[in-house]
Amino acid sequence: MKTSYLARYALLLALAMVLSYVESQIPLSLAVPGVKLGVTNLVVIFALYRLGTKEAWMLSLVRVVLVSLTFGNAYSFWYSLAGAVLSLAVMTVLRRLHWLGDLGVSVAGAVCHNLGQIAVAMVVLRSTAVVYYLPVLLASGVAAGVCIGAVAAVLVRRIVW
Amino acid sequence: MKKRWKRDFLFIAVILLGAAVLWWLLRPSGEGAYVLVTVGGEEAGRYPLWEDRTVTIGDRDYNILRIENGSAAIVEANCGDHTCVRTGAVSRAGETIICLPHEVVVQVVGGAPSDFDAVTG
Repeated sequence: MKTSYLARYALLLALAMVLSYVESQIPLSLAVPGVKLGVTNLVVIFALYRLGTKEAWMLSLVRVVLVSLTFGNAYSFWYSLAGAVLSLAVMTVLRRLHWLGDLGVSVAGAVCHNLGQIAVAMVVLRSTAVVYYLPVLLASGVAAGVCIGAVAAVLVRRIVW
Repeated sequence: MKKRWKRDFLFIAVILLGAAVLWWLLRPSGEGAYVLVTVGGEEAGRYPLWEDRTVTIGDRDYNILRIENGSAAIVEANCGDHTCVRTGAVSRAGETIICLPHEVVVQVVGGAPSDFDAVTG
């Protein structure tokens, strides 16, 4: 493994962790939990488009584990993991298929992140009551995905790597 | 490239349409009769909405449920996020208050008072 490769990898991982932390510190006074911008997804999308599928997966999974260990708890770990895995799985497939542009892939990732978290909530609560959050989380996922996708598209094109 | 923008747009529209349809399907319908409280999927109690009362759900991890003037609200809790408190009062059938950290679901259930009596025996 080349040193520069290792350094860049570590840089992205650190960036993803910091963004996760910053986002967790922003209180969103909403009645529905899980509504957020998902700035960490910027790093994941960048990795997916510029480094490759394997690298994006490594980055995303290591980030989830490290963030849960440092800022989270056992309870938040499963939510993050489900969201991250479902989101990245769908983005990986959609990118390969070339059906959608950057924006569409980002929106799909954001929406699937929320779907993964709802699925975990259903298991934890052993109740389907959380489906009432679904419409709001779908809409907020679209909004977040559009914002992040627009920025990510610029970053993917412009950043000198 | 232009075509893909169109497809992105269509994709987003489909999701938003889905959200709107779900929202419409899940909208609260009719007056609520009582609230059903579950903790971790286990029923923890049912309380009629027409009787004012204050219930403490759980002990170390607690959520205080207050039923007043036909609506229910969690007024205090020692969970981390307080989403349940921010949800506010619920009174219509289908409305829910959820506390994810404590695995508490408070759901308003509709039906005539006679149904309620039949359920509780």
